This record gives sequence, C-alpha cells and structure tokens, in this order.
Amino acid sequence: MRILFKTSYNDDIRLFPDRWTLAVYAALLALAFALPLLLDEFYLGEVTNVLIWAIAGLGLMLLTGQTGQVSLGHAAFLAIGCYTNTILIEAGLPFILAFPLAGMITGVVGAIIAIPALRLHGIYLAIATIALSILADDIIVLLDPWTGGVSGKFPDAITLFGLEIERWTMPVRFYYLVLAVTVICTLFYRNLLRSPLGRAFAAVRDSEVSASAMGVHIARTKGTAFGLSCMITGWAGALMGYYAGAFNNETFSLVISITLLMMIVIGGLGSIHGAFFGAVVVAFLPQVLSILKGAVLGGGVAIPGLETGVFGMILILFILFEPMGIYGRWLKVRTWFELFPFARKDMFRRQKSYLKTERLR
Amino acid sequence: MSLLEIKDATLKFGGVVAVNNLSLSVNEGEVYAIVGPNGAGKSTVFNLISRFYQPFSGSFTFDGQNLLDRAADQVADLGIARTFQNIELFDHATVLQNLLVGRHRHRKTSLVEELLFAPRVRREEMAHRAAVEEVIDFLDLQPYRDKMIAGLPYGVRKVVELGRALASGPRLLLLDEPASGLSVEETQDMRWWIDDIRKQMGITVLMVEHDMGLVSSVCDRVLALADGAKLAEGTPAQVQADPTVIEAYLGAGAV
Amino acid sequence: MDVLQLLVSGLANGCVYGLIALGFVLIYKATEAVNFAQGDFMMLGAFVTLGLTNAEYLHMPFWLAAPLAIMIMAVLGYLLDNLVLRHLFGQSQTAVVILTIALGFVIRFVAGVIWGHEPQTLESPLAIGDIHFGGVVLGVADVAVIVVTVLMTLFLYQFFQRTKLGLAMQAASQNQMAAYYMGIPVKRVQGLIWGLSGATAAVAGILFASKGAIDPNAGLLGIKAFAAAVIGGFGSLPGALAGGLIVGVIEPFASRYFAAGYSQIAPYALLLIVLVLRPHGLFSQIRIKKV
Repeated sequence: MRILFKTSYNDDIRLFPDRWTLAVYAALLALAFALPLLLDEFYLGEVTNVLIWAIAGLGLMLLTGQTGQVSLGHAAFLAIGCYTNTILIEAGLPFILAFPLAGMITGVVGAIIAIPALRLHGIYLAIATIALSILADDIIVLLDPWTGGVSGKFPDAITLFGLEIERWTMPVRFYYLVLAVTVICTLFYRNLLRSPLGRAFAAVRDSEVSASAMGVHIARTKGTAFGLSCMITGWAGALMGYYAGAFNNETFSLVISITLLMMIVIGGLGSIHGAFFGAVVVAFLPQVLSILKGAVLGGGVAIPGLETGVFGMILILFILFEPMGIYGRWLKVRTWFELFPFARKDMFRRQKSYLKTERLR
Repeated sequence: MSLLEIKDATLKFGGVVAVNNLSLSVNEGEVYAIVGPNGAGKSTVFNLISRFYQPFSGSFTFDGQNLLDRAADQVADLGIARTFQNIELFDHATVLQNLLVGRHRHRKTSLVEELLFAPRVRREEMAHRAAVEEVIDFLDLQPYRDKMIAGLPYGVRKVVELGRALASGPRLLLLDEPASGLSVEETQDMRWWIDDIRKQMGITVLMVEHDMGLVSSVCDRVLALADGAKLAEGTPAQVQADPTVIEAYLGAGAV
Repeated sequence: MDVLQLLVSGLANGCVYGLIALGFVLIYKATEAVNFAQGDFMMLGAFVTLGLTNAEYLHMPFWLAAPLAIMIMAVLGYLLDNLVLRHLFGQSQTAVVILTIALGFVIRFVAGVIWGHEPQTLESPLAIGDIHFGGVVLGVADVAVIVVTVLMTLFLYQFFQRTKLGLAMQAASQNQMAAYYMGIPVKRVQGLIWGLSGATAAVAGILFASKGAIDPNAGLLGIKAFAAAVIGGFGSLPGALAGGLIVGVIEPFASRYFAAGYSQIAPYALLLIVLVLRPHGLFSQIRIKKV
C-alpha cells in the first residue's frame, strides 16, 4: 500500500504527485522515444495514428469532459485545421509557422461559433453541433476553388528545420513530429487542469449559476474552452491530413465526429488517459476486426458497416457496465491492488441521481 | 454606515408581484436577516442582488456603487459572495477545488501564462491555496479536503458552500437558508461560525432564514417579508412581537 | 401551380419527418432523453415489414404484416428500455444520448447483415399510383402519410393531455422521485413510452417505404427529423409535426430556387438559425428555474 504524504502546496500542484509516478511516466516517454527502434514501419505508422487520434481526443475532452459542452461536430474543426494548414503552406508559409497558425485560426473559429452556442445546453448543443458537422461537409464542397471540393487536396512533404518529413517515406521523422505535438498538447491540458482556468471550466460544467456567482464569466469561459479545444483539434486535423496523404470533404464526415465522441467516452470521460485509451481502441479496431474476419470467415469478405457497428456495440457495453470508461476500469483495478487487501466492494459506486426536469432551467 | 442599500425595488414574474416596493439597508459589520413565510420573495431578493434577475424598478447600491450596472459575474468582484438554498456546488470536483473556484475573482494570470504554467501561475496557486486553507481551518473541513462533493453528506455540503463563499474574501456575505436541513448540533456550529465571520473577519452578513432560534441568537436586525413587501423591521425581539408578523405566520386568530 | 405542387409534395415528406420527430418528442416528454436512433428505428420498422411481406422473404399479406411489424417494433422498443436503458437509470442524459447514437450504428449494421445493403422496395398497397386534383399530383402513399400523421399527432396529443397514463408519463419526466412517491411505476411507464415510440417509428417506416426504395442508411433521415423536432420545440407534440412540415416544405423550395450545393444544407442552416434565435423551438416549454 503506497501512502502519499503531502507536506507542501507544491506537492499538490506538481505534475507528478510522487517519485514513483514520475518514474513511470518518464519510462513511458523513454519508451515512446525508443519506439522506432522496436517496431517496424507499419506498426510505427499505427502508433502514429493512435497519437493523432489521441490529440483529437484531447481537444474534444477539454470541451466535453472538462467543460461539459457536448460536441458532435468536432470533425468540422479537424477539417478546418487540415485545410487551413494546407492552404497556408500552399500560400508559401513554412510549416513551422503554418501549423501553429492553422491551429490558432481553428481555435478562433471555434470561439466564434461558441457565441451562438452559449445559450444552448445539453441536447440542443449536441444537435447544433451535428448540424455544424453536416454543414461543414457541404461547405467544403461549395468552397471548391480553395478546398479542392470533392477531389480534395494532397499535402506536400513537410520541411521543418531543414529536414524533410514525409509520412510514407520517412515514417520515423513523422512519428517524432506527431509525438512532439502530442506531448505539447498533453502538457497544455495538464497545466490547464491545475490552474484557475481549468477549474473554471469544471465549474461551468457542474453549475453555471454558482460559477457565475463566484465571478466566472460564463460566456468568456465557454468561448475560451471552445477556442482551446478547437485549436488542439485543428492540429490533430492537420496531422490527420498528412497521415492520410490525401483528404476531401468525406475525410471529416459526421461519422468521424461521432466516432470521436464515442472514443472519449469509451476511454473515460474527463481524463487525459481517456483520450489515449480511446485512441488505441479506434486506431486498432479495424486491424483486430480484419484479423477476426479472416479467422472466422476466411478473409476477403467485405462487411460494410462492421467497424462502426462493432464500435457502437463496444460503446454500449461500456456505458452499461463501465461508464467510467477504460480509464475508470484501470483506476478501479489499480486501486484494488494499491489498497490490497483493504479494497471494499462499492468504493467507486456512483450516486444515483434521479431525473429532475431540465425544462425548468 | 450603510453597505447595501435597496430602495423601492419591484419585481414581477408575469402577473405575480414577487417583490413589492421593498426598501432595506444593511449596515457594515452587522448581521441582518430576512424572514418570512415561503414564497414571500426572500430568495428573490438575493437573486436580484446577485443580478440573476433584473428589477422592474428600484435601486440597488453596494458601497456607493450602482449594482444594476453590473452583470452577474461582476458581483463577486465587488465583494459580494453568496450561498444557495438548494446547494449549487460543483459535484464532480473535490472540496478543495470547489473552494479554489471561490478564489476565481482574485485570478490575475492570463490564458497563455496558464497554458505554459509560468512561475507566476505557480506563485499565484500557492497564494490561493494558502487563502483557501484558512477557510478550511476555520470550518474544520480538513477531513474532506480531497473528497468529491458527490459522496458527501448534506450537512458537510452546506458547510462547503459556506466555505466557497468565504474563500472569495467578500465584504458582504449572502446566506440563503444556512441552517435548513441541518441538525441541532450543525445549526449551533453555523451560529458560531456566523458570529466569528462577523467578529473575526469583519464581514457583513445578510441572511434568509426560517430558524428563528438562529436568527434571534446571532442577528442584529431582522426584516419580516410577506408577499414581497416589508411587514416589519427591527431587532429580532421586536419583529417577533410585531402583530402583523404574527398574523402573517400564524393567522389572525393568534394575535 | 408549381408552388402548390412543391408545397404539397413537401408536406408529404414533412409528415414523415414529423412522424419520426413525434417519436423523439414522445421519449423526451417522458424521460427527457433523446433517442438518436429514432431514424434507424424507422428504417428497421420498414425493413421488418419488408421482410414480412415482400415476395422474396416471407410474403405475408400486407394487412397482416404491417400491424405485426408495428407490434414487433413496439416490443423491441420496450425491450430496449427494459434490458438496456434501465441500467442507465440514474445516469445523466448524455449517457443515454451517446448510447442511442451507438445503438443507431448497431441497428444499421444488423439491418445490413439481415437484408443486405441494396435499396429495396416495399410491396405496399399504398404504392398504387397518383391522385390528381386541382392540377396537383400526389401519390396515394403521400396522402396516406399525411392522413396518418395528422391522426397520430391528434391521438398522441390527447393521450398525453387527457389519459391517466399520459399524465403519469409527464410526471415521471418532470421529477422521477416525486413520481415514485405518487405511486407511478416509473420504469414500467418508461418502457411503455419506448414501446409507443417504437410503434410510431414503425408506422413512419411503413409509410416512408411505400413512397420509395429504402436501404439501411435510410435512418439518416432521422437527422432532418431532429431539425424538425428542434424547430418545433422538443416538448411539444404538435410542435414536432409543425417542425416536420416546415422542414419538409423547405427542401423542395430550396432545391427549386437555390443552386444545387446550397439546397441540401437548407434544413440544417434553418436548424442552426432556430437554435440561435429561439433555442427552445417555436413551441417551447422552458421556464426559468428558481435557485
């Protein structure tokens, strides 16, 4: 049983509460750095995909998990980040400027969209974001001269610090680029969580009325949440464009939006780990399914809708039996081991809340 | 010296007059209670002060400044903090985090600084934590510091709600039914806390309350409200003896 | 005449949206959850009927297959609530929303596995031809859609307002604990509502499939029905119908008068406008909460 004895405020504020946790994450980071030496190109590409989805997941997690604003339209921001990045580079900007700028522009768009979205709660916000996702799809096609419409765009290789980075021919360099962005975004997220703004986000999620009474400017806070969330998602979108090698309006469809939300719920809503766990599921599910298909049906049979169907099934099972997601289950297992033999059966039992109508808000 | 002044305030909800030409004035350093039957408009007065509602007419002044010029989230900045009748805590956060949100009006760090966790952010965090720790000490919340609100008993939540309001370092504290739902011992604790808040911290307290025992033991002045209008004002003893108040509470035959 | 034709065919489509929207609103009124899979329920209802009555499947007479399909969907709705949603009792509505979205995916997949992904046509007696009146052409199926939708809206509205069960459902949606105290079997009431919603979806499916071919992705219509329910205001049954009609009428007018790319975004643009200007719809039921 490991007991954490805090002796200063710093112990609470630090990124890693104790030496052990610091060591674990340092080891994880070291492993991440060493990965290209351990895996072949194909699997390295798969891990890169996981990281990209994790970044997107972090973006959505910040908005939905931390600030409580459900968004079923984040693929729109993936698209904005992706197209903006490519358009800026085509206009002559170097990657080192275009990439951060693309994220920031996406963030600004997100903050602007937040303005009408301020008055929407829960289900209405979800529906509005669905409409947004569908509209984004159609608007991309309408803006053909800039976006290439249905034929899409093919991003060039990245030139960064004199090095050329290309997803297919230089997977290792691309992996390190994605890893760097992942680490930066995760750091941003953790810093937010331990600062007043992160707490303000949670306050807006749990009780707007009392947050307001404590001096939290609801509109500005939601706008900032949208802005930051969309910025991170925009970066993920740009990276997705490079990973796919080609993209058009269908790359960022409503199904992607929904997948993103389902992903963070499966991973564990409200936690950073959740974004990563969810990304692992999304990125590796197609592989696992095709292996199973091969084993059961002898391969080569196309079953349309299998992936989304199975993904949906997984989500349903999680919501029913493990609403805290993969991270929640991991926490429970870890706590059981840490407290062994004193773990009690209903330690994580949630308070049941009986429905009280939201129509009187 | 008058800290909060309400003059001729009126609020209507459709056809219902919730607050009817109400005037009251709370002096600095005093503990002032608003009592009255349910539906008298007591919490409505609080919601007017908190700027959740816009009055139909009337003036609201705090420390000489016009409250009606401010939005709901600017009220905390003026130095007014409140609790809620039905406990509006942040359920998915710990007690400590709830109290820290109470410090939000003292936030001096910007978005970029916080994203990068600049040294200034760390210094500010430590200052906030120290301030919050004083409140935790005052209210004996140490055992609950890192517990999620969702699992806490009702009495503790009420105390946390009080703590969150105190954490913002207010000059005026609005307590909406601080003793409702509390046991006798907890009410006694609340009584001593309110006393200490006034004496040690120099905070003015305006409270809505039904528990006349608590009101009599800790309040300087009382306002009796019924149907949104003032019935009587004075010391607790005076108000309790006032015939119109007795009639409103107990009916005409009791006078 | 042209305008009238557009209007009338838009009305028929609008009624289908309205029927699906009715299903949404039913569940919302009773449980304050939104069933994002309602469109897919409609598709499933259509396919079940198809599976019962079409020549290449069971080839039952239509007038037997249709009520049977409606009953099957009602039972499915009830079972869904009983077996799956009951576990969510006490969780937030977001969980139900996400669950129903996932459910939609699963239903689409299952339908594709059972009946294939090719568009198929329901052998419906309603698909017998067109009626001409006053220079306007309308399919028999379309007329049936309009008639049935109006009748169902009236019936459901009265059901909620007048009957004991309807009032019980409303009570359960406004305050579950209080409803329990009043002796309302909240869980059973919710199960019934889901069953009713399933039946409504089945009716919508049968009528929709009588108008044209369907495939497992037909459920995506549900999103437009969403727009309808939102525009009308989620708590209102007649609002659902009104919203459906509005969306249904806008579509043909938009494709007639706007360029190709712009017309298909019309319903969604309208939805966003309504959400921004009047977030709770045209016939909203929202009041201010007292803190």
